[in-house]
Amino acid sequence: MVDISRDAADLVPPAEVPDVELYHAHSWITKYVFCQDAKVIAIQYSVTALAIGFVALVLSWLMRLQLGYPGAFSFIDAEHYYQFITMHGMIMVIYLITAIFLGGFGNYLIPLMLGARDMVFPYVNMLSYWVYLLAVIVLVASYFVPGGPTGAGWTLYPPQVILSGTAGYDWGIILMLVSLILFIIGFTMGGLNYVVTTLQARTRGMTLMRMPLTVWGIFTATVLALLAFPALFVACVMLLFDRLLGTSFFMPALVEMGQHLSYRGGSPILFQHLFWFFGHPEVYIVALPAFGIVSDLISTHARKNIFGYRMMVWAIVAIGALSFIVWAHHMYVSGMHPWFGFFFATSTLIIAIPTAIKVYNWVLTLWKGDIHLTVPMLFALGFIVTFVNGGLTGLFLGNVVVDVPLSDTMFVVAHFHMVMGVAPILVIFGAIYHWYPKITGRMLDDTMGKIHFWVTFIGAYAIYFPMHYLGLMGVPRRYFELGEMAFVPPSAVTLNEFITIAALIVGAAQVLFVYNLIVSLYRGKEAGGNPWHATTLEWQTPETPPGHGNWGKELPVVHRWAYDYSVPGAPRDFVPQNQPTLTPAT
Amino acid sequence: MTEQVGTAEPGFGTAARPQMRPPGLRGMLVDWASDQRAFKNVSWMKAMMWIFLLSDTFIFSCFLLSYMTVRMSTTVPWPNPSEVFALHIGGQNVPLILIAIMTFILISSSGTMAMAVNFGYRRDRTKTALLMLLTALFGATFVGMQAFEWTKLITEGVRPWENPWGAAQFGSSFFMITGFHGTHVTFGVIFLLIIARKVLRGDFDHERRGYFTSRKGNYEIVEVMGLYWHFVDLVWVFIFAFFYLW
Repeated sequence: MVDISRDAADLVPPAEVPDVELYHAHSWITKYVFCQDAKVIAIQYSVTALAIGFVALVLSWLMRLQLGYPGAFSFIDAEHYYQFITMHGMIMVIYLITAIFLGGFGNYLIPLMLGARDMVFPYVNMLSYWVYLLAVIVLVASYFVPGGPTGAGWTLYPPQVILSGTAGYDWGIILMLVSLILFIIGFTMGGLNYVVTTLQARTRGMTLMRMPLTVWGIFTATVLALLAFPALFVACVMLLFDRLLGTSFFMPALVEMGQHLSYRGGSPILFQHLFWFFGHPEVYIVALPAFGIVSDLISTHARKNIFGYRMMVWAIVAIGALSFIVWAHHMYVSGMHPWFGFFFATSTLIIAIPTAIKVYNWVLTLWKGDIHLTVPMLFALGFIVTFVNGGLTGLFLGNVVVDVPLSDTMFVVAHFHMVMGVAPILVIFGAIYHWYPKITGRMLDDTMGKIHFWVTFIGAYAIYFPMHYLGLMGVPRRYFELGEMAFVPPSAVTLNEFITIAALIVGAAQVLFVYNLIVSLYRGKEAGGNPWHATTLEWQTPETPPGHGNWGKELPVVHRWAYDYSVPGAPRDFVPQNQPTLTPAT
Repeated sequence: MTEQVGTAEPGFGTAARPQMRPPGLRGMLVDWASDQRAFKNVSWMKAMMWIFLLSDTFIFSCFLLSYMTVRMSTTVPWPNPSEVFALHIGGQNVPLILIAIMTFILISSSGTMAMAVNFGYRRDRTKTALLMLLTALFGATFVGMQAFEWTKLITEGVRPWENPWGAAQFGSSFFMITGFHGTHVTFGVIFLLIIARKVLRGDFDHERRGYFTSRKGNYEIVEVMGLYWHFVDLVWVFIFAFFYLW
């Protein structure tokens, strides 16, 4: 590694980015509510995302209750079931994971890890959160309108999404589309900040190749999002026009209940292309920050430098670039030309290479490391296992011939929940356990954390592993109830019951997590400035939690990369990035 | 350039270790491998505007590609643009005459915008503001003529869901794409007016703080505004080519 400086303090570069004047809050409202400080915005984003995430969690319970005990709950009918599916998927993917990774961790960690005082445009950053909150409110509002939320499935495929037979035809779909459009507007305001801060507001000595992988992951994911969300934006606008103005962008001529609708000549496949041009990068928008964060967690808690840092960076960039040319692997059964299937299967499988590089590097980082099985580390290890698992089933689904029979079965559900549901969520938990001491100044309770981890991790396997078998049996997804199907044996019904019970237990464990979050805020052990003995800049702030402007009087100067753990000759097993020599000055 | 230190928008004009920087592509690599900023001498707001425009490019590309897709997939013939967009002048139909004038006006506004940027850097308050106002006037004229065009088509029976001449997607795409572009122009006009007022009032000479952001502005905002304005013009060229000329 070229970049590791040893002993001698290297030349401190001259300041190109002079100190920035920040907006200083004058009242409680500007300090905690309409606040321009990225750290407060991050907490606002995270709390909102977790809150709406709990709604989605309850929705998944309700779905599982129906699948495990069909007919036992009279308040769940088919329409409700589809509304649960739609809202659960949309909330989890967009309003929880995307928002918490980019709006939450992005806002908190980018300025701190790069040695900046704040995002480059704090006011725009603040607007980003409030537009996001508005989007969430609009989404939740769809529960309180006639007909309830839309039941079209989270992919919102036309033509069924705006036909009167679909639940939420009256209002739900309109609110869903408006909410997505608002989300994209809000996200763009934040995302521009994250990208420009990373590119243009780093501190002295902080080169791109010295950035912690967390920042690389969030940065690349934000670039992806800025280029992928436009497709969703356009799709939402056009779908909204189809619904409200009666245009026929996506709607072919249709007969509904014996009547010709006024739609004619539109292309439903066009929507699928637009949706998945957004949808596939979206997978990596939630995965890349997870990749980055997990690299830092593993390196810190295994007291060892990350293996192959440069490869890790280029793998993130390569995955990000490739993610734009694989979208149609979600559309193998849409009737597209087989040549396209060939192309998209190939590009999909190529992604396995940089992804495998990352997995090998995580494992090699652990190899002979001084592994501390702290709660964040447990979650990081859990991520590697679930991610590899979900990635392997991705190889099945990426191949056209294997995908066609597995399409629209529970196998698909198991695959994407493992790879982009459970895996990133485990990282979110790990990251919260890791950075909570910095955010609040107190540690989260260890015992509760370990219970939370084991129940969540084993529970997630109990839920999704059997689902693969259901899928291979041919049990279809998105079915309200299976009924009498010759190929579904009674054991499948028992398995569904088992999955439901596991899901309820895992859900309950999340309540313990929230309890831990709240109680530790008051009763947690005092953390000190750097409880994990980590090297990255956010742990070197003069105050914990970091004050307004992050760094006190002077910005830190970076002398080394982010992974100087267990350096031979150094008195401590970590050398902070802003420490010029191996021995701390004191 | 040290007097720049301490301004709210730092870096504008600060040369970064120029002696170390080789020319050309290698220089770019050196910049990207360096600390602090990847684009040397590019201010935060200019970098942000470029990245926003990249994102916006994707939006317009998606709109135009969607329009082309529906135009090709619809089973009904597409109305002939040179007949639809003709004006009846002096006893004969002149095809595309209104669009030609609109395009001319919008392109001219790019010229006045570029002049405004130039005078902004010379700190000529009056000329900068006047040229920005002229740009805004051109922009408003463009939107006005677009409103006229919309009205004409609507009175002839074009609706987003149908039209008298052929594929329903003609009206849908037309209103959506020109509407979205017109919205961009309208926002541009509003911001031109706001910034022209700030220029005229001398905000950028006296380092007056922004009302919402409490940051000091500088004349570079005229250029950043210009970036947006030229982008909107450029997009129009594509809309013109793909919608009116195809």
